[in-house]
Amino acid sequence: MEYITLGHMSLLLGISLTVIGFWGILTQKNIIKIILSFTIADAGVNIVIVSLGYVVGKTAPIIDNAVVQEAGRNVSASVVDPIPQALVLTSIVIGFGVTALMLAFAMKMFTAKKTLDINQFNELKW
Amino acid sequence: MNREFLFIGLTIFLGLISIILAFVAIHHKKLSVAVISTSFISLFASIIFLLLAAPDVAMTEAAIGSGLTTLIFFYVLNKIKKTNA
Amino acid sequence: MLKNILIALVLIGFGVIFYDLFMVYEAKTELTDLAHYYAKNGANEIGGANLVTSIVVTYRGFDTLGEVTILFVAASIISFFLKLKEDEEEKVIGSKDTTELLVTASQVLVPLIFLFGVYVFMNGHLTPGGGFQGGSIIATGVALMIMANPNFKINTQIIHWIESISGVAFVFAGVLGVLLGGGFLDNTFKGLGVGEFGTLFSAGVIPIIYSFVGLKVGAEISNILNKYQKSQKSI
Repeated sequence: MEYITLGHMSLLLGISLTVIGFWGILTQKNIIKIILSFTIADAGVNIVIVSLGYVVGKTAPIIDNAVVQEAGRNVSASVVDPIPQALVLTSIVIGFGVTALMLAFAMKMFTAKKTLDINQFNELKW
Repeated sequence: MNREFLFIGLTIFLGLISIILAFVAIHHKKLSVAVISTSFISLFASIIFLLLAAPDVAMTEAAIGSGLTTLIFFYVLNKIKKTNA
Repeated sequence: MLKNILIALVLIGFGVIFYDLFMVYEAKTELTDLAHYYAKNGANEIGGANLVTSIVVTYRGFDTLGEVTILFVAASIISFFLKLKEDEEEKVIGSKDTTELLVTASQVLVPLIFLFGVYVFMNGHLTPGGGFQGGSIIATGVALMIMANPNFKINTQIIHWIESISGVAFVFAGVLGVLLGGGFLDNTFKGLGVGEFGTLFSAGVIPIIYSFVGLKVGAEISNILNKYQKSQKSI
């Protein structure tokens, strides 16, 4: 019973998505499929980081009248950890940039060889 | 406490669908189906961020993860399809 | 065969790492010390109602500066890779007619989406939102425009100017913090204070810096979309 909390469940989901994404990266032959797997792993890692900052029963770290405040707007008793959220915020935008960059590479590779099979790109293989 | 149970239930439900969609995305033969599945995983991830009390992250993930990423994937798929035909 | 064993080993390694993480994890009931400090003093030191914004722009401002730099470098490399030949620039993208519904809806919705994006990044210190969210919302508006009209020409000059000016202004606001405040990217200047809590003109220079970040992110993502749209010409 103690394992069924919101933090545990979302952590489990994030871990599963990350492992499935890495499995896809390692086993797929199609370049587009590899980039898709990377996107799935990215979402999984972000869920893991955010759920590590979750505190049971607390609200979002935005101070307004709905949040219980102590003297001097001290809200440390009623909000979740804001640091992982700040990190994930930048991570998502960088993830978009990296995905767009990989797709540009994939497009260039496709125009060079007219195929998306990763096994055909064996110039640097040893 | 009741709200917490509702959130846990919703997380388990969305999580199961997400994992099934992840397998679909990796194994389906049609690339367009795989791209749409990934877009849905991002959308469900954004709902889970909201349940984890992170509205800022949820907004970013909804706009970028499930909107713009899907669009550029379809641009690449369209170009590949046109070149092959 | 050897390859499959290696893949299995890598995945088992990940599994072991994550298994440890999952078993050690306990549902937290209190904040960590650092987060406790931010939650206790953030509202008084920074003056912003949204603690995530306070951390992104001020406490960890270098992070944001590096992040917009990475996005800029990614956008530049994409521009370099998807460059068109000169005779392809004038081509028309062949596509089926877009539906009347999409065209009309985009004319109504695009200004509203831009307005919403500007609202989100200007109120980033008060409500959920900020530069990254507002910038990506503006980019979704651009995406709707180029979906409604596949041959829509985005004015790249305007995008480049917005991008450069907001990047320079971000760094300039940071340097102003060295001269007038307590250090690089400090949000409060001496003698000015943080303003009244909960109003638009509060939290020092955070609304200004985050607006520039929003414009920069919006311009960069629009630039990436523009390059992908143009790449459809060379088929």
